[in-house]
Amino acid sequence: MSQTDFGETQAVFTPKPDLPPPAITVGIIGWVRGNLLPDWFNGAMTVLALIGLYFVIPPVVNWALLDAHFVGDSRKACKPNVQIVRDQVVTQATMPDGSTMEVTTSADRIVVPEGVVPNVRWERRMVEGVVRGKGREYAKVVVEKDVVIEGACWVFVGVRFDQFIYGFYPKSERWRPTVVIGIGLLMIIYMLTDGLPHRGRVAMFLLIPFPVIAFFMFSGGVMGMPHVDNSKWGGLVLTIIISSVAITGALPLGVALALGRRSQMPIIRWFCIIVIEFFRSVPMITILFMALVVLPLFLPPGTSFDQLLRVLIGVTIFIAAYTAEVVRGGLAALPTGQYEAANALGLGYWKMMRLIILPQALRIMIPAIVSLFIGIFKDTTLVQIVGLNDLLTMVQLAVTDAQWIGLSKEGYFFCGFVFFIFCFSMSRYSMYLERKLHTGH
Amino acid sequence: MSDSATEIDVDQSRMKISDEVAIQITGMHKWYGSFHVLKDINLTVNQGERIVVCGPSGSGKSTLIRCINRLEEHQQGQILVDNVELTNDLKNIDTVRREVGMVFQHFNLFPHLTVLENCTLAPIWVRKMPKSEAEEIGMRFLETVRIPEQADKFPGQLSGGQQQRVAIARSLCMNPRIMLFDEPTSALDPEMIKEVLEVMIHLAEEGMTMICVTHEMGFARKVANRVIFMDQGEIVEQNEPEEFFNNPKSDRTQLFLSQILSH
Ligand SMILES: Nc1ncnc2c1ncn2[C@@H]1O[C@H](COP(=O)(O)OP(=O)(O)OP(=O)(O)O)[C@@H](O)[C@H]1O
Ligand SMILES: [Mg+2]
Repeated sequence: MSQTDFGETQAVFTPKPDLPPPAITVGIIGWVRGNLLPDWFNGAMTVLALIGLYFVIPPVVNWALLDAHFVGDSRKACKPNVQIVRDQVVTQATMPDGSTMEVTTSADRIVVPEGVVPNVRWERRMVEGVVRGKGREYAKVVVEKDVVIEGACWVFVGVRFDQFIYGFYPKSERWRPTVVIGIGLLMIIYMLTDGLPHRGRVAMFLLIPFPVIAFFMFSGGVMGMPHVDNSKWGGLVLTIIISSVAITGALPLGVALALGRRSQMPIIRWFCIIVIEFFRSVPMITILFMALVVLPLFLPPGTSFDQLLRVLIGVTIFIAAYTAEVVRGGLAALPTGQYEAANALGLGYWKMMRLIILPQALRIMIPAIVSLFIGIFKDTTLVQIVGLNDLLTMVQLAVTDAQWIGLSKEGYFFCGFVFFIFCFSMSRYSMYLERKLHTGH
Repeated sequence: MSDSATEIDVDQSRMKISDEVAIQITGMHKWYGSFHVLKDINLTVNQGERIVVCGPSGSGKSTLIRCINRLEEHQQGQILVDNVELTNDLKNIDTVRREVGMVFQHFNLFPHLTVLENCTLAPIWVRKMPKSEAEEIGMRFLETVRIPEQADKFPGQLSGGQQQRVAIARSLCMNPRIMLFDEPTSALDPEMIKEVLEVMIHLAEEGMTMICVTHEMGFARKVANRVIFMDQGEIVEQNEPEEFFNNPKSDRTQLFLSQILSH
C-alpha cells in the first residue's frame, strides 16, 4: 500500500452533527408524499379514491347519523313534525315543441308550527316536474320548493332490536342466551389475550363443558328453566349458535379428516378423501337441503330428528372439509425433520401429532382458519332457506311488516353492520396473529 | 477440512469396548424404489465402540444409520439392536428407539418448545417420568452440554452450535445406550464445530456407543476405534483410524481421502 500524506489534519477527526433528514421525508407532507403520491400512478389512484369517498361518505353519514331518527317507539317518531304547505305558483312551462306557456302548479313550503323543534332538515331546491298542458302534451316545469332531507329511521331497528337479536325466544327467558353468549365472548377474549394465566384451561372449558352448559341454558327444561323449543331460537343468537357450533365442531373434525387423508390405511384414506372432496365440491345450499332431505334416509324410520341439529351437522361437515384442506397445507409446510426427531425420540404417532406436529401446524394455519371462519359466519345466512330464523331472516320479516313498510334500508344496513363488526374483528385478530407469527416464534 | 478436534485432549482411559454386541447388521439391503441404496451391509458394533462412517455424498451413510433406528425400513437382511430385531413389529421399533438416540445435521429441535421442554418431552411422554424428575434430568444434561443457562429460551434464539448441543442433550435425556450422529457439525460455522465436538468427545469418554457420520477427520483419529468407508451403498473398507488414514487399502478410499484431506 502506498503511503499518502494527509498532513496535520490526519489525526483530527471532528464528526459533524448528523444532518436532519430532508424535510420531505418527515411530517404530514412527507407522509402524504411517501404514501399517497409516490408516483403519478399512485397519485392518480389517491385522487380517484378521494373523489369516490367524497361521493359516498357525506351522504351516508348524513343519512345514517346526522339526519337520522333515533328516539321513539313507533313509526310516527320518524315522520317530519313540520307542516308542509302546498302553495300554488304560476310559472313558465316548456312544451315539447320548445314553446313556453304559463302554468299554475304547486310548490311545497315548509312551515314550522309554533313551539315545535323541527326533527328534520330541509332544503330549497329547484325541482323539475311535468305538468299536463292544454290538450294531451306534457310540459316541463321547474319550480323552487322545500324538500325534506331523508334520514334513517333507527327507531325501527330499536323497536325490533330484541327480535333481531333473539328471534322468537320468549321475552321472559331472553336473559339465558344473553348470559351464555356474554360469558362465552368473555372467555374467548380471555383465551386470545396474550400473557394471561391458564389460557389453556379456559380453552378446554370452552371446548368441552361449555357447549353442554350452553345447550341446557338455551333449551331449558332443567333447574326450573322452562323449555324453549329450538324452533323459537333465532336472530343474531341463532347466527352465533350455528357458526360457533360449526366452527368448534369443524376444527377437530377437519384435523381428523386431514390426518386420515394421510393415513397408511387405504380404507381410511379413501373415506377421508371422498368426504373432503364431496363436501368441497357442493355448494352450501345443497348441503343444507341434503341435511333436511337426505339425512333422515339414513336414520331408522320413525325417529324424528331435529331440524336445527340436522343443519348443524351438515354445516359442520361442510366446514370441516375446508378446514381439512387448510390443515393439510399446514402439515405439508412442516419440515420432515420434525417428524424424524419425534420418531427418533420414540414418540408414537398420536403423541407426535399432538405434541409436536399439530401445535406447530395449527399455529401456521391460524390466519387461514380465521378467514375460513369469517366466510362461514356470513354463510350462515343461507340457513333461512331451510326455514331457520337467523339474523337476516328476522330483518327480512321486519321490513315486510306493514307497520314499517319502506324501511328495508335501515334493516339491511343494521344487519350488514352487525356482520361487519363480527367479521372485521375476526379479520383484525388474524392480521395481528400474522404479524406476531412473522416476528415471534 | 477443518480439524477442530485435534486441539482437544482426549482421555482414552474410560473408552472400554465390551464383548457385548450392541448392533448387528447382517446381509442388509435397501432400495428406494428401484434404486439400490444399501448393498449387502454387514456390520457388528460392540457396546462402547465409537465408529465413524465416511464416504462421498450419496453413498448411503445417512440411510445406513437411519435404518438402525428404523427411520428408514430395510427390505432384506437383519438388523439387531441390543438383540431386538427391527421388523414391522411396532413394539420392537419402540424398544429400539428408546435405546438409540439420534442427532441430526439440522438439529431438528422443536421450535415451539423451550430448550428445557425439548429435553423433558420424551422422558415425560415416552418414559412416563414425573415432570419434576424429567426437569432435573434435563437440567443435568444441559449442564453436560454446558448450556444450562439457556434452558428457558426457545431454540430459535440460540446459535447453531448451541442448538446442536441442545439436540444432543435432548437425546441423552432418554438415557440411550447407543447414539447415532448424522453429520452433526456440517451445518455449523467453523467456530461452533469445536463446542459440539467437545460434547461428543465427552460422551465417548463416558463410554457411550456411538456411530457418527462425519467428515471431521481429527475427531475420527482421536475418538473412533473404527472408521468405515462407504461408497455407492457398500461398506468398502473398515479399519482402525491409524491404519485407515495412513494405509488405506482400496483405491476408492485413497481417492476419497486424498480429496477430503487436501481441502
Ligand atoms: N427418500 C428417498 N427417496 C429416494 N432416494 C433417496 C431418498 N433418500 C436418499 N435417497 C438417495 O439415496 C442415496 C443415499 O442417500 P444418503 O442420504 O444416505 O447419502 P449420504 O451418504 O448420507 O450423502 P450425504 O453426504 O450427501 O448426506 C442418494 O443417492 C440419495 O439421492
Ligand atoms: Mg447424509
